[in-house]
Amino acid sequence: MIVANKSKIKKMAENLSESGAGRSLWKDARMRFMQNKAATISLFILISIVLFSFIGPYFAVWSYEQIDWNAMGSAARVGMPSIESGHFFGTDDLGRDLYSRVIQGTQISLMVGVLGASVAVVVGTLYGATSGYLGGKIDQIMMRIVDILMSIPYMFVLILLLVVFGRSIGMLFIGIGLLSWLDMSRIVRGQTLNLKNKEFIEAARVTGVTDFKIITRHIVPNLLGIVAVYATLLVPGIILAESFISFLGLGVQEPSTSWGALIKEGAGTISYDTEWQLLFPLAFFVVSLFCFYFIGDGLRDALDPKER
Amino acid sequence: MSNHAILEVKNLKVNFDVSSEGDMPWTKAKKLQAVNDISFSLNAGETLGIVGESGCGKSTLARAIVKMVPAESGEVVWLGNDLLGLSNAETRPYRKQIQMIFQDPLASLNPRMNIGEIIAEPLRTHYPKTPESDIQARVSDVMSKVGLLDNLMNRYPHEFSGGQCQRIGIARALILKPKLIICDEPVSALDVSIQAQVVNLLMDLQEEMDLALIFIAHDLSVVKHISTKIMVLYLGNMVELANSEDIYKSPSHPYTQALISAVPIPDPSVEKNKNLIMIEGDLPSPINPPSGCVFRTRCQKAQDICSQDKPEFKEVSSNHEVACHFND
Repeated sequence: MIVANKSKIKKMAENLSESGAGRSLWKDARMRFMQNKAATISLFILISIVLFSFIGPYFAVWSYEQIDWNAMGSAARVGMPSIESGHFFGTDDLGRDLYSRVIQGTQISLMVGVLGASVAVVVGTLYGATSGYLGGKIDQIMMRIVDILMSIPYMFVLILLLVVFGRSIGMLFIGIGLLSWLDMSRIVRGQTLNLKNKEFIEAARVTGVTDFKIITRHIVPNLLGIVAVYATLLVPGIILAESFISFLGLGVQEPSTSWGALIKEGAGTISYDTEWQLLFPLAFFVVSLFCFYFIGDGLRDALDPKER
Repeated sequence: MSNHAILEVKNLKVNFDVSSEGDMPWTKAKKLQAVNDISFSLNAGETLGIVGESGCGKSTLARAIVKMVPAESGEVVWLGNDLLGLSNAETRPYRKQIQMIFQDPLASLNPRMNIGEIIAEPLRTHYPKTPESDIQARVSDVMSKVGLLDNLMNRYPHEFSGGQCQRIGIARALILKPKLIICDEPVSALDVSIQAQVVNLLMDLQEEMDLALIFIAHDLSVVKHISTKIMVLYLGNMVELANSEDIYKSPSHPYTQALISAVPIPDPSVEKNKNLIMIEGDLPSPINPPSGCVFRTRCQKAQDICSQDKPEFKEVSSNHEVACHFND
């Protein structure tokens, strides 16, 4: 009788668990993220901006370096935003089409932000996880190196690099990438130290799993949450740094441009009644940064372990 | 049950270096004797229960046997080979024969892996060439053994209760068909009804697979239920080692007597009139253990000799060993 009951219960249980597929923490997190309206809308807007920067050029009448001789020098009267002239966002003081230039600036700024953050994520995660997992003297040495690098003023080094080695996007990447992984490695190391003593790591070690597999299979997947959050918050930080450098006139080189460079030009001519030169790039800049921060915030809430 | 010892631990010692605040980098760290001179042997199919207060070295002893903490001296002889003398790579083949179950059921499972992956991990580690269909079959086989439905395989640890998580931990320990499972307080994080289930499951599996168990707990009634032999630890030292029945019937060491008198009896009238032996004071610091007998600072029978000589660990009757000066 007991056996019969058991099989019945088993059948019932099988029916109850409809699919049998579990909800992983990632699925849970995605659901929580989707419930966060600000974050979802931000993600949507950001995707639109990215798409715009790729599709936008097909609708442009002027290229980003072409000069409209009519508008040159008289941007306030001729170069205002209009559909007929093909300058949807107006022109800058040299008569170049602001629509194309904003698109160009968006591409460059986002690329700097995303690539810079990726460098920081890869280097920082590997460095931090190695330091944390190995521990002891190696950990001490690796973290003191980070301390030393951190104590050097960031902007100063960046400006010095650009002045000494010349202005170029490549140099900007190296400068930003070189220093932005420091915080990342700190955060990752702290998390690794925390994870290292968890019982599931010990269980893996008792079983005989190798150190390398433990790092890749057990530590890194558990770090990804915090890394993802930090990376989304790092992107706007790097965009800001690049914009600041460009604002100082040290960033990207003409005729290429970036949000910071455009904002600088716009701000310089604001007294000549050409406010669109400031407002268009500024709007893109501000909206994108807001979106990144909201997404980062949403991710942090969604991946917060306390919510489990 | 065979009477051949599969595991022999001889004079195992584990020390930790403790540096206190304000130490200079060149100051020599103080030694903390976590496990001091422990020897025992374990036969296939037997269960050794290890009891003692918090901080008496139970878990450290278990971790030293599986080389999670380095031992200072001594031998851990597993089927004729001293594990402590082997390098990490040389130890790996033995790791599949000794598995471990942990105290916190949820923390011992990787939250980012599903149950199937967690249980299969030891198999994938030691037999990387096993075809996927075989792995699935073995996993569902071992899951049904511990009383889990195999359609839960794709679920994640946070979706399970504590008792189920502990079953998952047991399934992971069983999949390689080990000869010894070290259970480090496997039931202390579970509530009483679940404790009974897990302990009974372990006993059933033990009978079925001829497993040896080392069962660490601070709950004496649980240990009594499952163990064939019991070892009582105090401050990293063995104070008594005997068959489970002997130790409950005739505890010889004052510490064991006090421990056993503290076990509640499920009968109010007996419980009320019971002669409870109280132990005064706190556990002494293992950095600076008492001279002679480690228990003397809290022992009612303590006399001069206890502070001068460390009592030898000797047999009082067959298979019943005690470390106390006052045993005939």
